[in-house]
Amino acid sequence: METATTKVFEDLAAQDYKYGFVTDVEQEIVPKGLDEDVVRLISTKKGEPGWLLEWRLKAFRAWQKMTEPTWQNVTYNAIDYQDISYYAAPKEKPKLNSLDDVDPEIRRTFEKLGIPLEEQKLLANVAVDAVFDSVSVATTFRDKLAKAGIIFCSFSEAVREHPELVRQYLGSVVPHTDNFFAALNAAVFSDGSFVFVPKGVRCPMELSTYFRINAKGTGQFERTLIVAEEGAYVSYLEGCTAPMRDENQLHAAVVELVALEGATIKYSTVQNWYPGDKDGKGGIYNFVTKRGTCRGARSKITWTQVETGSAVTWKYPSCILQGDDSVGEFYSVAVTNNRQQADTGTKMIHLGKNTRSTIVSKGISAGLGQNTYRGAVKVAKGAANARNYSQCDSLLIGDKCGAHTFPYLEIKNTSAKVEHEASTSKIGEDQMFYCASRGIAMEDAINMIVSGFCKEVFRELPMEFAVEAQKLLSVSLEGSVG
Amino acid sequence: MLEIKGLTAKVEEKEILHGIDLTVNAGEVHAIMGPNGSGKSTLARVLAGHPGYEVTGGTITYDGQDLLELAADERARKGVFMAFQYPVEIPGVNNAYFLKAALNATRKEQGLEELDAIDFMTLVKGEAKRLQMDDSMLQRSVNEGFSGGEKKRNEIFHMAVLQPRLAVLDETDSGLDIDALRVVSEGVNALRSPERAFVVVTHYQRLLEYIVPDHVHVLSEGRIVRSGGRELALELEDKGYGWIESAGAGARR
Repeated sequence: METATTKVFEDLAAQDYKYGFVTDVEQEIVPKGLDEDVVRLISTKKGEPGWLLEWRLKAFRAWQKMTEPTWQNVTYNAIDYQDISYYAAPKEKPKLNSLDDVDPEIRRTFEKLGIPLEEQKLLANVAVDAVFDSVSVATTFRDKLAKAGIIFCSFSEAVREHPELVRQYLGSVVPHTDNFFAALNAAVFSDGSFVFVPKGVRCPMELSTYFRINAKGTGQFERTLIVAEEGAYVSYLEGCTAPMRDENQLHAAVVELVALEGATIKYSTVQNWYPGDKDGKGGIYNFVTKRGTCRGARSKITWTQVETGSAVTWKYPSCILQGDDSVGEFYSVAVTNNRQQADTGTKMIHLGKNTRSTIVSKGISAGLGQNTYRGAVKVAKGAANARNYSQCDSLLIGDKCGAHTFPYLEIKNTSAKVEHEASTSKIGEDQMFYCASRGIAMEDAINMIVSGFCKEVFRELPMEFAVEAQKLLSVSLEGSVG
Repeated sequence: MLEIKGLTAKVEEKEILHGIDLTVNAGEVHAIMGPNGSGKSTLARVLAGHPGYEVTGGTITYDGQDLLELAADERARKGVFMAFQYPVEIPGVNNAYFLKAALNATRKEQGLEELDAIDFMTLVKGEAKRLQMDDSMLQRSVNEGFSGGEKKRNEIFHMAVLQPRLAVLDETDSGLDIDALRVVSEGVNALRSPERAFVVVTHYQRLLEYIVPDHVHVLSEGRIVRSGGRELALELEDKGYGWIESAGAGARR
């Protein structure tokens, strides 16, 4: 039936990406290409110790022998790894002594993105680390956090100031040989965030990193490491945007979380990388490895993600439930509109006794978008009384998009209880008409139906972020109806 | 208030309405009766602006304006309401929240201030009580998991809160037991006023014992074949639709 609603569904695609501007700042970009010399160059530029360079080189050599994975349910143009520049940094100011030293152009960029770098203008209870291309340009509220014994700084700084901590935990969750993209990241990672919350400390504010890709022809390879010692608590948020460019840019990050006995880490992501235009030209390839280990008993890791951007997303934030009674959670909303593709999900690996995991995945497809949930639940032999609950729901807007679900189970202990529920629904003409008959305009109706669909995930986000995420979602779907 | 002239409409290439003429004044209750497939529900949906129905001829004037120019949501904001025969479920969207969005959209259109959460809840709780609805129905997702009777009651509840000028009830009585029918009818009767008109679509005379109409029209094969007062409904009850259908066929010959 060719009706106004169908038309509206088709139009939902035609929306503008409002973070697509480019900042004109003088940058130092290393020539394109990748070999051992480039790895050494990055390490030298960052003034790294020998052990770290060795680690990078081991990763690089391993990467050379690996092949790019092809099992994921996405298609993209082959990446020429020699046609990427692996390091881009704004020139001058090698060391920032205060927030006032941030290049005004970059400061304006973050302001435009809604992330003012002056502490008094920030959301009162959020500390921010701002990463611009390959380097961290500012971290706010450091002094306040330091008083509580919390370390929150750029990765490079952590290598300089706290090498023993970095060395202890780096690669302990995602080894340098873990997978093709993780190995690449280990070889060339340039910056990222480092968080350390000592024993018994509850982090008094949300910690946040904002990633911005600006330079052309570069990739972004950041690395985040968060360690929560015994009984510690931290909630961490990351956000990301990039300019609109016709070329595809690679973002291959690694995130490692370590929760010791009784510790809790909440990791939330609002991912809004440039998704490409409506014909699928340009956009970010978001190939990311995120994993957390609940190393101690009664520890807990929660991943919450709202994925609205990127041309192609390949990402499976996972939990290794090693400690007895530890808990892993994964809450995800992934939106694919126009020609976006997402293959995302999680792995819950139950090793300890009485470990519990929850998976709630909400996939929304509009336009020609393809959305795949891929998840694995593994229960090891020794993991007595493991519990998992998985729920995977897909929502289709229009009739040219697709949703796919691949749940994998591997249960080696008979006391395990694993539940899986899945549903696929469509925003139907009848729902739209029902809303209209009550005076609710079409765009508002879509937003309402979509928010209702995502409710279980949004309520896991910190409040300010939940509001942002909801707005972002309506922008992402703008024009797909209307 | 509502004037329909020579209305023809089709759905999926099939013409269902073959020329409807109907005038409804403020304060009146009109019943539209007819056998299955006569076009009753089509008429209701065309009035509400369902995008799946195409008007191929004729006019509908509402309060002096061309109703066919307006999309469904615009009609609703101008006071046209339809109670659905099969109310639609919207998972995850809280019934009260949904209704608040609807009410404030309408108020905004009418130049009224939007209601805040407290005033709104006071209003809806009062209406819910009148319709003997449990408060929990406000916090549940729109129509999700509601029984047939609860869904119909919820439609009338929406109507009571939105206070439309023209309310179209599409087979609101179907699937209701006698107690629910009484509650729903009382809800409708409470809203009757000189400023408001109702078009009540029903298959059975039974509903009209509770909602007493000023006018009754009988629809057959997409045309109004008989119009009359309340007694027409009773006559139908006695003789069945076969009587009308053969009379209608005779009239056309």
